[in-house]
Amino acid sequence: MWTLTRIELFKIFKKSRTYIAFAAIGAIIILIQLAMYSDGESYLEFMLGNINTAFEIEGNKLNGYFVFYLILHTLLVHVPLLICLVAGDAVAGEANMGTLRLLVTKPISRTGLILSKFLASSIYTLLLLTFMAVLGLGVSVALFGVSDLMVQKSDMFILLDKTDVLWRYAAAYGFAALSMITVAAVAFLFSVFADNSIGPIIAAMSVVIVATILTTMDIPIFNALKPYLFTNHMLNWKGFFDNPVDLREVLKSAGILVLHIILFVSLAVYFFRKKDVLS
Amino acid sequence: MKIFLLFCCSFLFTSTLFAQKEEALLQKVKAKLNTVTDYEASGKMKLDVSFINAAESDVTIYFKKPNKFKVKKAGGISILPKGGVSVNTASLLPVGNYQTIPGGKGVVDGVTTTIIKLIPTDEIGDVVLSTLYIDENAAVIRKAVVNTKESGSYEVGMSYRKYTAWGLPDKVVFSFNTKDYKLPKGITFEYEKGGAKPVEDKAKNKKGSVTILYESYKINKGVDEKNFL
Repeated sequence: MWTLTRIELFKIFKKSRTYIAFAAIGAIIILIQLAMYSDGESYLEFMLGNINTAFEIEGNKLNGYFVFYLILHTLLVHVPLLICLVAGDAVAGEANMGTLRLLVTKPISRTGLILSKFLASSIYTLLLLTFMAVLGLGVSVALFGVSDLMVQKSDMFILLDKTDVLWRYAAAYGFAALSMITVAAVAFLFSVFADNSIGPIIAAMSVVIVATILTTMDIPIFNALKPYLFTNHMLNWKGFFDNPVDLREVLKSAGILVLHIILFVSLAVYFFRKKDVLS
Repeated sequence: MKIFLLFCCSFLFTSTLFAQKEEALLQKVKAKLNTVTDYEASGKMKLDVSFINAAESDVTIYFKKPNKFKVKKAGGISILPKGGVSVNTASLLPVGNYQTIPGGKGVVDGVTTTIIKLIPTDEIGDVVLSTLYIDENAAVIRKAVVNTKESGSYEVGMSYRKYTAWGLPDKVVFSFNTKDYKLPKGITFEYEKGGAKPVEDKAKNKKGSVTILYESYKINKGVDEKNFL
């Protein structure tokens, strides 16, 4: 299985489109950091407008932890779209190039083949997140230093001690990995049905966009739907920045995401085993 | 008629005498606090506001005459309510012209205090009325209730132990009114748990407090100006 996965990884990293996501994430992170470096104070004033009217906040508010939180807040909504680029191409890309039929004639099981492709997509996802974490946190801390982290919720302002932040980022990274692999699983499932990678990529992006819009709109009729949307549970990486952490709720969301991954990958395996490969 | 005039005169005389007594007590408190030119204190600060979640933290408090005051958390962030300068005892004493009105006696933390109401006669300041509860024996303010034009009203409670001789408290509790805090979930991108929402306690949301526990003071040793920036 590992040999197959390595071959799939080799294929992924041979394609230039794989690096689009790294370039896009790198560019966004550096742009946010530069923007914060040049005019972060006015952004903070705007963001803290609600609390600044009644309180005086002293200290290094614009610190590396805060900037990285802002980056995650901005990026984790958009990274799924970049993940679709690779996961949606995993099977459909081969069909498009006409190599899928050749591949399934090899003496390997279809289940092993499809799982290795999914594993490779998941590793790509993890690498993308690691790149984001290293560039986002490392450079932000180097540029802005460390201090306590301010987190704004709709009904609460949380101040976390700087010694209590890093483990939260590590846990949030683990949770974000689970979320992004869920998106990869959706795109991967669509990829099984298509003979051209554009279709599954666009379809998966559309699902993520529609579900994200439903998740972020604070309208009562949509609020009732939210607990059933995987995009809503994907946001629960923020649960690690509550004080105290509602571990039951975070684990529930993590469990729901795992179930989604199992469901989507199982469906992908099932349909791929049944698929009449003609291209 | 003579009796009425006599009554009026004696009332005026007694009032003036009482006012003089309150003024003398106020001057005694002032004189004690005037011996402190500056201080640097270490302590712990706890903010208790329904919509702010911040753990108790170690802080350093800087003061310099006449009214420079700063609370800083080493390498971290500290939050104080606007007008938080009143967490400092010296700022409770009147500046400029004012009238004193005796308010009788009151008990604060088991200590009998003399109540003095101060009404500023200048219109430039923010304070409209201050009510001070002064411990006559120790010549310290135990409690103050301040009404302002802009910042509403707040209450400052102080308890003394080791630094009573300097008029500096060991514990200060600053209570104030808060406003509502609400941000749209569309901005904060929050996770939705679903189910019934907890009912908000509106009355609870309206009050907040800051407690500073002073552990040690360095008095009149000089404080660098940069600490107030």
